[in-house]
Amino acid sequence: MLTRTATRLSQGIRQASSDVRRVTLIPGDGIGPEISSAVVKIFEAAKAPIDWDPVDVTPIKGKDGKMRIPPRCIELMHQNKVGLKGPLATPIGKGHRSLNLAVRLEFDLYANVRPCRSLAGHKTLYDNVDVVTIRENTEGEYSGIEHEVSKGVMQSIKLITEKASRNIANYAFEYARSQGRKMVTAVHKANIMRMSDGLFLRMCREEAAKYPDIKFKEAYLDTVCLNMVQDPSQYDVLVMPNLYGDILSDLCAGLVGGLGVTPSGNIGKDAAVFESVHGTAPDIAGQDKANPTALLLSSVMMLRYMKLNEHARKIENACFEAIAEGTCKTGDLGGNGTCTSFTNDIIARINNSD
Amino acid sequence: GNALYARYGGRSTVTVLAGDGIGPEMLKHVTKIFQFANVPVDLEEVPLSSQPTAEEDLDQALTSIRRNGVALKGNIETKFDDPTFVSRNMALRRELDLYANVLHCHSIPTIPSRHKDIDMVVIRENTEGEYSGLEHQTIEGVVESLKVTTAENIERICRFAFDYAIKYGRKKVTAVHKANIQKLGDGLFLQMAGDMAKEYSNIEFESMIVDNASMQLVKRPQQFDIMLMPNLYGNIISNIACGLVGGPGLVSGMNFGEKYAVFETGTRNTGSSLAGKDKANPTSFIRASVDMLRYLGYSVHADIISDSLFRVLVEDRLHTPDIGGNSSTSQMIDALFRHMEQEIKKQVV
Ligand SMILES: Nc1ncnc2c1ncn2[C@@H]1O[C@H](COP(=O)(O)OP(=O)(O)OP(=O)(O)O)[C@@H](O)[C@H]1O
Ligand SMILES: Nc1ncnc2c1ncn2[C@@H]1O[C@H](COP(=O)(O)OP(=O)(O)OP(=O)(O)O)[C@@H](O)[C@H]1O
Ligand SMILES: [Mg+2]
Ligand SMILES: [Mg+2]
Repeated sequence: MLTRTATRLSQGIRQASSDVRRVTLIPGDGIGPEISSAVVKIFEAAKAPIDWDPVDVTPIKGKDGKMRIPPRCIELMHQNKVGLKGPLATPIGKGHRSLNLAVRLEFDLYANVRPCRSLAGHKTLYDNVDVVTIRENTEGEYSGIEHEVSKGVMQSIKLITEKASRNIANYAFEYARSQGRKMVTAVHKANIMRMSDGLFLRMCREEAAKYPDIKFKEAYLDTVCLNMVQDPSQYDVLVMPNLYGDILSDLCAGLVGGLGVTPSGNIGKDAAVFESVHGTAPDIAGQDKANPTALLLSSVMMLRYMKLNEHARKIENACFEAIAEGTCKTGDLGGNGTCTSFTNDIIARINNSD
Repeated sequence: GNALYARYGGRSTVTVLAGDGIGPEMLKHVTKIFQFANVPVDLEEVPLSSQPTAEEDLDQALTSIRRNGVALKGNIETKFDDPTFVSRNMALRRELDLYANVLHCHSIPTIPSRHKDIDMVVIRENTEGEYSGLEHQTIEGVVESLKVTTAENIERICRFAFDYAIKYGRKKVTAVHKANIQKLGDGLFLQMAGDMAKEYSNIEFESMIVDNASMQLVKRPQQFDIMLMPNLYGNIISNIACGLVGGPGLVSGMNFGEKYAVFETGTRNTGSSLAGKDKANPTSFIRASVDMLRYLGYSVHADIISDSLFRVLVEDRLHTPDIGGNSSTSQMIDALFRHMEQEIKKQVV
């Protein structure tokens, strides 16, 4: 019998696993092109069966005069179903929908997944972190519905639906099962937001009942924050509404050294976009100083999503080793290496492991 | 406003709400400490529990606090399985209009913590925002929760923070927000905080998005001085900050309104799993009582208790399990009495 996991994870992947798959590549702005080309080179060395479709997403003016992302990108995503994306400069307040939002809506990428794991060789104050935050990505505090109800009185609406809550809860348990994780903690504030978070929590409980092999816990957001900075090892997979996920995923990234080393994936029913969550780093762009780790680990998540576990493991090991033992770490990790030398170090390790 | 309430014959009366979990036993210790130090404060205990039937208890508690002006409080459990039951803690803060929640988080020598030299104050709006309690189901399976933000409440919490900075010689205020997403609600907060900062030219002002602030806190908490924020972010940031300096057993929290003040622990936990075990860390409750004494103007008594507590923690190194030790609550309290005895003798000489 095919497990639910296998069905879910193979959706959107039509070819047999020996075929070459096409992936939409959005190199991005600033340091984006440098770190993207590092990933491409490393994939070549690892003989990952991926062909890239690079696409420029600089907004263009449509017939109606509005700026939007080029239709080519959306077309490619429809064909490939999987994308890898570098950082994009978001023009604040320029009135066009960001690429993230456009793609997220078009493909209903309802789950944002961020694994945070301590990296041997990159010392931080925390060395035993191995948590995954799973964030509802489509509603909640990000509904964008706000009014000024009377002078000086603002109302922002947080929207929680049964459907989205059930989807994200289900995804969390599927993820836990497919990744061999033991426990899912639902993070909520149902003592205060009794109906909305109450609904979210109820959906988590209902899904939990279907996964007796995964341990289920509930915790207040504040208690998780309190415990996370004292002893992160007590958490495994965390599932939560949008805003809490935004905050906790950054907090967890902070524990393992920041956005420069944490990967991320936006996942929907039949498409997914993996991305580095750091910015465009204009201060070091074009200087060969950028650390490709976050984007590389995002691409490793992508490989696992595509069931290319062997290639994922090979690349991930080489990357971890290069950080733990290598002499080419980039400046942000306290090394003297460059994006190029670090990439070459990873490639050499991949070649040696063959 | 200061405490001109119920002060008869040079003594003050304060309301005590023991709450659930470890609250009652902790407040028993505080009572004994006050007796030992001859603190001129009478404690008026009012029962207030999480029983849904205890509506009159809430009224009684409110009446008592309105009369005395000041309360010392444990946390009351909120059973979230019953959606009709409103958090008693929240009801109290709303009814008494305790709009400012203040936590002082600083590193204490000898207490194990990954970060050193933290000294920050979290100031949190305590009555509105996500805690407005306005929720409804629009259609089956769709719930809307309203976050209400008012210029009036933003104005006074910002004013409170900047005045606090001046009064206590602090250098910087960091406003924490999510105005990139909640453009109206948090946008108003950010704008008003920034505008007010211009009136306080000696205080440095900066703003930070809440997710980044959480990350910055675990990476380099020493960069913060005063952090100012709306209700929910305050809940998050204050728990991170307490976690960084050693956990829920250590930090006290103060709630202020125009008229009343309520003192409690910083993270407002019930600690139910520790109740009756003589294991809970009494520090946060003792510090809450010290905060209260200072507020009431009994600084000599406050110093005696506070200095003695410091000795127990730092000189005797008596630590409960939550901060890596193996002392019991009562061992800490006994040691506290010994130090207080000496401190009191010093006072007499
Ligand atoms: N991959 C990376 N490798 C090395 N340093 C990085 C990397 N990503 C970010 N940084 C550094 O982290 C800091 C924050 O940069 P980041 O680009 O995330 O935010 P930003 O400068 O505000 O850019 P944006 O406006 O695009 O978000 C910068 O000093 C940058 O150099
Ligand atoms: N004074 C204290 N001393 C030591 N540990 C404490 C103290 N107060 C709280 N804790 C611990 O902090 C953690 C959070 O406390 P809390 O009791 O709030 O747990 P919770 O899961 O939020 O449940 P509830 O609030 O319903 O009891 C628990 O591990 C608790 O034991
Ligand atoms: Mg974020
Ligand atoms: Mg609690």
